[in-house]
Amino acid sequence: MERILEVNDLHVTFTTYGGTVQAVRGVNFHLDKGETLAIVGESGCGKSVTSNAIMRLIPDPPGKITKGSIIFKGQDLAAYSEKKMRAIRGVDISMIFQDPMTALNPTLTIGTQLMEGLKEHKKITGTQAKQKAIEMMDLVGIPNPEERLKQYPHQFSGGMRQRIVIAIALICDPDLLIADEPTTALDVTIQAQILELFSTIQQRTGVSIILITHDLGVVAKIADRIIVMYAGKIIESGSKRDIFYRPEHPYTQGLLNSVPRLDAKEELKPIAGTPPDLFSPPKGCPFTARCPFAMEVCDKVYPVSNRVSDSHQVDCWLQDERAKQLIAAEVLQT
Amino acid sequence: MKHMLKYILKRLLIMIITLWVIITLTFILMINIPGSPFNSDQSSNATVQANLEAHYNLDQPYYIQYLLYIKSIVTFDFGPSIKQPNQTVNDLLSRGFPISFELGIITIAVAVVSGILVGIIAALRHNGFLDYLTMGIAVLGISIPNFILATLLIQQLAVNLEIFPTATWRSPAHMVLPVLALATGPMAIIARLTRSTMLEVLTQDYIKMARAKGLSPWKVIFKHALRNALMPVVTIMGTLFAGILTGTFVIEQIFAIPGMGRYFVESINQRDYPVIMGTTVFYSAFLIIMLFIVDIVYGILDPRIKMHQKGGK
Repeated sequence: MERILEVNDLHVTFTTYGGTVQAVRGVNFHLDKGETLAIVGESGCGKSVTSNAIMRLIPDPPGKITKGSIIFKGQDLAAYSEKKMRAIRGVDISMIFQDPMTALNPTLTIGTQLMEGLKEHKKITGTQAKQKAIEMMDLVGIPNPEERLKQYPHQFSGGMRQRIVIAIALICDPDLLIADEPTTALDVTIQAQILELFSTIQQRTGVSIILITHDLGVVAKIADRIIVMYAGKIIESGSKRDIFYRPEHPYTQGLLNSVPRLDAKEELKPIAGTPPDLFSPPKGCPFTARCPFAMEVCDKVYPVSNRVSDSHQVDCWLQDERAKQLIAAEVLQT
Repeated sequence: MKHMLKYILKRLLIMIITLWVIITLTFILMINIPGSPFNSDQSSNATVQANLEAHYNLDQPYYIQYLLYIKSIVTFDFGPSIKQPNQTVNDLLSRGFPISFELGIITIAVAVVSGILVGIIAALRHNGFLDYLTMGIAVLGISIPNFILATLLIQQLAVNLEIFPTATWRSPAHMVLPVLALATGPMAIIARLTRSTMLEVLTQDYIKMARAKGLSPWKVIFKHALRNALMPVVTIMGTLFAGILTGTFVIEQIFAIPGMGRYFVESINQRDYPVIMGTTVFYSAFLIIMLFIVDIVYGILDPRIKMHQKGGK
C-alpha cells in the first residue's frame, strides 16, 4: 500500500486574550492510498483543527503549528510556504465543509465556482473546463448539468449543494479528500445518499478520504480505520472492527454506549461530565475526571501507547500489565 | 429578461408619480413664499408690475399656473427666467448642469473607490495599526461638515501652502479641493461600512472554501469577498448620492463654481419661479434616476434579489 499522508507529533495552539489554547497536542496518524480514515470525537476535541492543519488553513494569527510534521507524498507540508501550499490546495488535497448552505458563494454561479479551481491550477481552455465541470456534475449525480452550471447556489436544495461542494473538491482529481462533517447539516435520507456517493467516488477515483465526524453511524458505513480523539490527543485508533467490536479505551466505550441501537434493551448511557479546559490541559490522561475506571496514576502521568493488535492502539493505563493484575485482584476480592 | 423589462416599466411609472408629487409640493411651497419676483424692484409702479405679472401668467388663478407648469415640464420647456434677462431656464440648466455633473461624478467616483479600498485595507489589517489609523480618520471625516472642511482646505492648501487654486472650476487642479471637501464624508461612511461587512464576510465558509481551492489571496478578496461585502454599501449609495447632491449647492457656493447649485439657491431668494421649478424638477429627476440605477446594480450584484417579485413568495 502506498502511504499518502503521515502526520507526526502534530501540535497546534491558538493564542487568545485569555491565554494559549493547546488544541492539538501531539497527534500521530497515517493514511494509505484509497483508504478512508475517520476521525471521531466530541466538539472541541481537535478534529477540525487537525484537518485544517493538514490544509494549512489555520488562521495565523491566532493559530500556529508549533511542532510536528505533515508528510504528504514525501513532502513536509508543515514547512511549506503559503505560495507552495496554494499549489497543493484544491489540486492534491481538497476539502469539503460541513454546511453546504454557507460553503458556496451566493453571488457566483455554480459553473464559476466549479471551474475556477481548475482554471487556477491547470492550463486549460474554457471549453475543456466546462466539459470537465459537466463531467463532475454528472459524477455527483446532478441532472441537466449544462443548464445548472449557469444557476446560483440558492436555486439548489441542501443535498444538491453538498453534491456540488463535493464536485468542486474533486474537480482537480485530488489524492486526498478531507471531509469535515460532510453530512451533519443534512437530513437522514440525504445523508445516506451522500455517503453512497462517497463510496462510489472512492471506487472510481481511488481518492483517500479523511472523514471528520461525531456521527458513529456515518463512520460505521464508510470508514476503513478510525481515530478517536479526545482533548487534542488520539486516545485510540484501529480498524473499524477493532473500534466497534473491541473498544479498549473507556472513552471509546462510552461513545459507543451513547449511540442509539435498534436492538438495545437498556437505556442510553451518556458520558458524564465535560472535556477538560485546553488552556491548561491536564498532565495525565485528560479523560481521568470522567472515567469510571480512573486510577491514581491516570491523573499524574499520560499513558504510553499500547498495542492491542497490529492495527489497534490505545492510550490507557488499564492496558498496563500492572493494572491488569490490579483489576484481577479486585475481581477476586469481590 | 422579460421580468426585468416588466420591473423597469413598473419602476418608471413609480418614478413619474414620485416626480409629480415633488412638482406639486414644490408648487405649493413656492406660491406660499411671501413676495413675488417683482417686489424688490423699487422703480416699478403698479401698472408696470401688473403688466409683468400678466406677461409671466402670474395673474392667472393658481390652478391655471399649476397646469402651465406641468405643461412646461412635460414639454421640457421651462420658459424664460424672470430675473436673468434674455435667458431661458433651459439655457441655465444646460450651462450649469455639465459642471455640477462633473463635480458630482468625480466626487462619487473618488468616494466610492477610495472608500472601498480603505475599507478593505482596514479589514485585512483588522485590529492592526492601519485599521485604527484609517478608522480614526474616517470618524473625523464623518464628523466634520463639508463646508467647514472646505474652508479649512482653502485656508491650508490654497492660502497658506498655495498648492491648489482657491476657487472656480477650470483645470483638474481647480477640482481637487472641492472634490476633496465633498467626497470626504461619503468616503468615510463607505470605508467604515466596507470594513465591517468585509470582516463579516471573511469569516464565511465560502471564503475558506475559496482558499481551500488554492486561489490567490487577491482572487479570494476581490472575487469572493468583496462582491458580498458590497451589498450593504450599494444599499446606502442612494442616500449618499442625495447627500452629495445637496452638498454640491454649498460647495459650489464656497468655491464659486458656476454649476446648477447657484441658480437653484438664487432662484429661491429671488422668487424666480420658472427657475425654481426647472432646477427642482431637474435635481429630483436626476436623483430618482440615480436611485433607480442603484437598485438595478443591486440586482446584478446579488442574484438572490429577484426583480420581478416582491420578496417572500
